Amino acid sequence: MNAAQNIADTARPGYSEIERLEALLEQVTDPEIPVVSIHDLGILRDISLDGDRVTVTITTTYSGCPAMSTIRADIRQTLAQAGYQDVQVKQSLSPAWTTDWMTAQGREKLREYGIAPPQKSNQGHCAMISPGTAVVCPQCGSERTECISEFGSTACKALYRCLDCAEPFDYFKCI
Amino acid sequence: MNSKANKQDANKQDIVNYAIALGDDSLTLGHRLSEWSSNAPFLEEDLALTNVALDFIGRAMMFYSYAGEAEGAGRSEDDIAYLRDCRQYRNLLICELPIGDFADTMARQFLIDVYDVGFYTELMQSVDETLAAIAAKAIKESRYHLRRSEQWIKRLGDGTGESHDRIQRAFNDVWGYTHELFEVDKIEESLINQGIAVDRPALKTDWERCVQSVLNEATLDTPDGQWSIRGGRAGLHTEHLGYLLAELQFMQRAYPGLEW
Repeated sequence: MNAAQNIADTARPGYSEIERLEALLEQVTDPEIPVVSIHDLGILRDISLDGDRVTVTITTTYSGCPAMSTIRADIRQTLAQAGYQDVQVKQSLSPAWTTDWMTAQGREKLREYGIAPPQKSNQGHCAMISPGTAVVCPQCGSERTECISEFGSTACKALYRCLDCAEPFDYFKCI
Repeated sequence: MNSKANKQDANKQDIVNYAIALGDDSLTLGHRLSEWSSNAPFLEEDLALTNVALDFIGRAMMFYSYAGEAEGAGRSEDDIAYLRDCRQYRNLLICELPIGDFADTMARQFLIDVYDVGFYTELMQSVDETLAAIAAKAIKESRYHLRRSEQWIKRLGDGTGESHDRIQRAFNDVWGYTHELFEVDKIEESLINQGIAVDRPALKTDWERCVQSVLNEATLDTPDGQWSIRGGRAGLHTEHLGYLLAELQFMQRAYPGLEW
């Protein structure tokens, strides 16, 4: 979906202001993975409106994720540009974020970007899945892949390599 | 009525101190791990160690920020991290020990990862909702940390003669600091009885069983040294903490209130 067109749509009658805010926030992406929005990642938890005040609730992926302050600033800036001056960004702790909250669209965008999307978790215990559980290569679709390192370029990713096309790739690990 | 109010205040201060102590464990260990940045044996390990460091520093932020809020005296998480000296730090001593070589770092990390998985599983049940929520985030990360450190212990132990000897020596050297993980004072005991704090002494049997089974598989001996060192939760530290804080706090001490 084209985000800009979506925002224009929500200006028409029949759309609520919350839907307009949702469309606006669809533009805010993870600074480390600019193809997925905070909605796709599942870290956008709530949007509420009280008079002129907008409260956006987000949650962290990993405890020390350094992208959070950038994301907070991006939310403010995006909404300010659309005329919202009174914006509060709250951070919720509970329930703890899980990759199961990632949207189907988000997973597909990750794959297209060259990052293997997370597998669905098994009651939140998927961090215990032993390496070797098939992680599919985002380049060629092969299931013959192996883990090079439990951590990739960021805390949320592991480093894999494909044994068929020989490409290394990031795997968005499942927690 | 006054005495009841005083009692509630005392309890609130105990919870604040408890959260700060847990933050101190996370911050000191996180800082130690960050010292591997650009110094690890190879690039992937450099990234792994610093990513684990971030998880711990993030935890410290959550614990401190909760402590500051609960205390209600206007202290931010940064104030708590940067403006206390050694004797006010309450971390378990094992967290502040220098990184040593890669074997020292991984031996300590493995012992703490096993402990953390047990600890945070229990803290998730705390009647204190914020502590339980922090634990629910931390447990996922610690399970993952353990998966990695456990593999390293097996690789190093069951690796070459050199790697075996060095990881064995690392376990022998750190072992005396593990007893403190399972000891509590009267105040913590009272928080345990109220369902707020984790009953750490009760974690010991499972911890020992898990550690021993991995060490066996790694062809390593479980150290049997009877020596032990304690004092972290009482603010009595090794000489190493002062050096750690000197680096950690330098910027705020030299330029008070400096912000990014």
